[in-house]
Amino acid sequence: MSGARDPVSLPSAAARVFGRECRLGVRRVGELLQPVTFFLMVTTLFPLALSPEPSLMRNIAPGVVWVGALLSSLLSLEGLFRADLDDGTLEQLVLAGQPLAGLVAAKVLAHWLLVGVPLVLAAPLAASSLSVPAAALPVLMLGLALGTGVIVFVGAVGAALTLAGRRGSVLLSLLVLPLVMPVLIFGARATDEAVRGDSAAGGLWLLLAMLILAVTLAPLAVAAAVRICLE
Amino acid sequence: MLEADRLHLWRGERHVLRAVSVAVRAGEAVHLAGPNGAGKTTLLRTLAGFLWPEEGSIRWCGRPIAADPDGYAGATAYLGHDNGLKADLTAGENLHYLTRIRRPADDAELAAMLSRVGLAGRAEAPLRTLSAGQRRRVAMARVALSGAPLWLLDEPFTNLDVAAVGILTGLITDHVDAGGLAVFTAHSEVPLGGRTRRLALA
Repeated sequence: MSGARDPVSLPSAAARVFGRECRLGVRRVGELLQPVTFFLMVTTLFPLALSPEPSLMRNIAPGVVWVGALLSSLLSLEGLFRADLDDGTLEQLVLAGQPLAGLVAAKVLAHWLLVGVPLVLAAPLAASSLSVPAAALPVLMLGLALGTGVIVFVGAVGAALTLAGRRGSVLLSLLVLPLVMPVLIFGARATDEAVRGDSAAGGLWLLLAMLILAVTLAPLAVAAAVRICLE
Repeated sequence: MLEADRLHLWRGERHVLRAVSVAVRAGEAVHLAGPNGAGKTTLLRTLAGFLWPEEGSIRWCGRPIAADPDGYAGATAYLGHDNGLKADLTAGENLHYLTRIRRPADDAELAAMLSRVGLAGRAEAPLRTLSAGQRRRVAMARVALSGAPLWLLDEPFTNLDVAAVGILTGLITDHVDAGGLAVFTAHSEVPLGGRTRRLALA
């Protein structure tokens, strides 16, 4: 008996972690809706504070939507591993006998689903208050889906690294913001091109490339950071 | 099976483990005793692979645990000060997820273990509605369901009533009699018959 009897394969163990995160997210709907509420508040306050001229709105809309999406997804990252550390489930994840990077990838993926999808679905509402033409919506929503993925995966590294300090939120933003600047720049730029009726394919492809890079590398860094914080 | 040889570990300036050696054979339980702050939790966390000793070696089945950390983790069930359970899930859901990321198990097995720890009717109860002792019982069920040959239990008897202490000693006895290994910390004597060896940390 050198190992556990009948071990489970990594994909099915990761599916369990994913399922648990989704169920927990549904149980804590209030927490789940916090980022999207923040996003809608920021984006609807701008037309109220500035003169609601459609041409001005159209010029600033891509920037406003993307800054709102970036800040609201950052807001959700603080507690990503904190609760698991406090109740000991993080230790159990490390001791599951599976490659830790695979399990945390499943956890972060679930977080992306729970935070990113509401943001994407709220985007048309935000866009209409900023006079974004309907033709630009597909690019905006696709860009946000990709962009929030990069933010959540890169941000997870920051969340895991700041676990050891008790008050990590400021440090987390300082760590993560510079790394996700390209998402903001290319995402807003692609949306801007779509608003003007140009092709936005270049920006979207870049976002996809960044997402692939983040999804591949971030879980390894998260796993290492989690092990360090449990020491 | 598990051999820790002359472990030295510092936590900052403190030299917590000083040349600690533990050997646990299959079918044996080791009771770590010692005053508060003697390093019992540190030793257990080191044996679980969370901490890496500055000196000394830990071998599992003759191989250093650093050679295959994931394989060793799969052979280990750890019960720490925190139960490792989610307060927002029910007792049954907690066991479902925690057991099945380690090994396949059918629902009947999970239900049988819940009734063995005296929570037969509480599978659907959210964990936050259970008492501290009942949560500890769920955590015991989690360890027993893990299928791991090596149990590392940090103060498993705290918060338990007399009946629960009996259930837990029963689980450890069955595990050890089936060839399993257990290392636990406790402040009082534990009625495990001749299966226990006591190791005092100063």
